[in-house]
Amino acid sequence: MAEFALPKNSKVKDGKAWPKPEGATNTRDFKVYRWSPDDDDNPRVDTYTVDMDTCGPMVLDALIKIKNEIDPTLTFRRSCREGVCGSCAMNIGGTNTLACTSFNADFKGDVKIYPLPHQQVVKDLVPDMTHFFAQYREIEPWLKVDSQAPERERLQSVEDREKVDGLWECILCACCTTSCPSYWWNEDRYLGPAILLQAYRWLADSRDEATGDRLDQLEDPFRLYRCHTIMNCAKTCPKNLNPAKAIAEIKKMMLERQL
Amino acid sequence: MSMRSPLGRARGLGSAKSGTQHWWAQRLTAIALVPLTIWFVIAMVAATGSDYTTARAFIGNPVTAVLLVLLIVATFHHAQLGLQVVIEDYVHTKSVEIALLLAIKGAAIVLALAAIFAVLSIAFGGA
Repeated sequence: MAEFALPKNSKVKDGKAWPKPEGATNTRDFKVYRWSPDDDDNPRVDTYTVDMDTCGPMVLDALIKIKNEIDPTLTFRRSCREGVCGSCAMNIGGTNTLACTSFNADFKGDVKIYPLPHQQVVKDLVPDMTHFFAQYREIEPWLKVDSQAPERERLQSVEDREKVDGLWECILCACCTTSCPSYWWNEDRYLGPAILLQAYRWLADSRDEATGDRLDQLEDPFRLYRCHTIMNCAKTCPKNLNPAKAIAEIKKMMLERQL
Repeated sequence: MSMRSPLGRARGLGSAKSGTQHWWAQRLTAIALVPLTIWFVIAMVAATGSDYTTARAFIGNPVTAVLLVLLIVATFHHAQLGLQVVIEDYVHTKSVEIALLLAIKGAAIVLALAAIFAVLSIAFGGA
């Protein structure tokens, strides 16, 4: 059966409350998931009190401040701090999103920060993305052409170029994929919303000549058809994209070549 | 622990090259069930209080009989397709999964045939 309960060694316990900053008047509590592979302890939720008068506006600012000033062992991924790299995807206030584009002020009460759901945790807020990127590799996300290469760039009409709008913006942060219950239960076989949106990005590209082969590879009860239009993907996407729509377009293409 | 590469694991047994028929049949039966169900509910409400003879005459009417058979086929086909998806989603022990899928398909066929037989036997004036 699909696993609905956490295994015994994954049950989250109350963690410790770290010392509050001295003399701060405007503070905020951050409840952060902690787990280390170096001991046999269960995961725990630590409480960090942050002086908001000296903290930047974003959740990522608070995390960096915690790491710098309170607890250097806190582990998370981050890079661009402007929502284009997808590294700092995590579950904040119950929603998968990017720490760098989320305002602290948008969350009520304590800010609760967990790693992306239903993924193996490497440490603290860092999930193991190996399988996710292997699935990305599986759809062969590059231009495939049999015609002889042109002298200059491959031309594309303005209308055809517009067909990949809403697709190319995906930064592969995995917020959508890890919010999808279908992916939680069948991640070994279902490609998930992010990878299917990327697959459609190549199906929709007028310059690509491997459309049929791509559809062949996707036509599978699990790879594609585990999508049950739950729409968590579209709801959670920090770039405001609509993976569910891209998946629906793939299903339409599947039907179109049969009717 | 598997030493297979991440890509090898992701590709798994490859694409089954099927699933579109299942998905399309589920949509079509769903659409067919909209008017059929509305008609059936209205007919049942209208039949409130009528006696056994009236009910037999209603089912025996050729138009009603055909619509009823259509309703039965669409209902059980749709139910079977939907339950199959639920089993595939949640049951991950292959032997149990296959047993459940066969049981659901078998039950759908048996129940649909029994219902169709009941309608036809009334329509053709049998006991």
